Amino acid sequence: MSDQQNSSHPNVPLSARVGNGITRRDFLNEVTLGALGIAGLGSVAVTYQYFSPNVLFEPATTFRAGNPDLYPLSSVTFLQDQQVYIVRMPEGFYAVSAVCTHLGCVTQWKPDAEMIACPCHGSKFKPDGTKIEGPAPRPLPHFAISLTADGELLVDKLQNVKPSQVLKV
Amino acid sequence: MATTFQSAFHSLRETKVWKSIFRRGPANTKRTRSHAVFGNLSLHWLPVKVREKSLRVRASYYLGSISFILFIVLFVTGILLMFYYHPAAPHAYRDMKDLQFVVSNGVFLRNLHRLAAHLMVFAVFWHMFHVFYRGGYKPPHEFNWIIGVVLLLLTLFLSYTGYLLPWDQLAFWAVTVGTNIISAMPFVGNKVRFILLGGNIVGENALLRFYVLHVVILPLVAFFFIGIHFWRVQKDGGLTTKHRDGDGQE
Repeated sequence: MSDQQNSSHPNVPLSARVGNGITRRDFLNEVTLGALGIAGLGSVAVTYQYFSPNVLFEPATTFRAGNPDLYPLSSVTFLQDQQVYIVRMPEGFYAVSAVCTHLGCVTQWKPDAEMIACPCHGSKFKPDGTKIEGPAPRPLPHFAISLTADGELLVDKLQNVKPSQVLKV
Repeated sequence: MATTFQSAFHSLRETKVWKSIFRRGPANTKRTRSHAVFGNLSLHWLPVKVREKSLRVRASYYLGSISFILFIVLFVTGILLMFYYHPAAPHAYRDMKDLQFVVSNGVFLRNLHRLAAHLMVFAVFWHMFHVFYRGGYKPPHEFNWIIGVVLLLLTLFLSYTGYLLPWDQLAFWAVTVGTNIISAMPFVGNKVRFILLGGNIVGENALLRFYVLHVVILPLVAFFFIGIHFWRVQKDGGLTTKHRDGDGQE
């Protein structure tokens, strides 16, 4: 009688109990809640997968930037469609992202001041992407640049390289 | 004339049809009146009795009601705008321009939606400040204050998702900047941005996702929380009035 009073279901007869003093109702409650919990977590997981697209119809991240002769020596050229600067310096070619590292606005090359400036929040960069001032936390990244077999510049916007890596033509 | 009308209305309320719809006969005593409010789906979140004090303009400036009326205006005009707007990149901007220049009264509806949206953000903020300075966050109103904060965030999310839909330069860059702020979140930022935009750039998927959030998910959630908010105002004993707090003011 005393162990019946201590249990959570004093009215449940002893015959309805499984070992360890767990009642059938407790057992079924836990199994049901556990199953619902697993199903709930599974639903969250598959919903997350559903919302994460596998195929994207976005512009290609690799592009041809034309013949190297198009770019005069010591020049910065803004390719608007690709949001990339092609910089040609005496030491060689490099491609600098035109997307500000602050909040993703497209920066502009100011030839008079010889710097890259962001119209949104005023970040300023040198032509090699190093930060002069402004809220931008990082310098503008350099993209991998190479030559195709037929001698055109090829830029891969998914591949970042060190600023020291320049393409000599 | 007035009495004939009144007696006609009175006998109408005695009919079987009226009683079957409203579940009771005429509400002519205090008791039957309170039952009429309790037993009616569209009235049950209203208080049966209100203190005269809380009806004064200075008690609330009706800011909560103004916010709600603006929400209803946005709901109605928004549904009407949906009849001409395709949430797809080739159409969105042109549909918005069509609403301005081609569709009859389209410019009126679009401007009503825009202005009501701006006003609603303003009204909700003003409502929050007013409640704050009156001490409306103190017990027993503290839970409803939290619901209010959720409603403020929902208002801002609604405003932000609606901002992208015209698909013009302002919309594009506002969402570019805003979603880059999201990606500054530690650890999960880039993932959240990817899921929200449905990609890496503000494109077709982002437009569609913001549209669905703007016209279905956020309004539904907002309606749910508005319901709780109004119901709790009543359950917590009406508006905060200075005398009731007994903090020696006034």
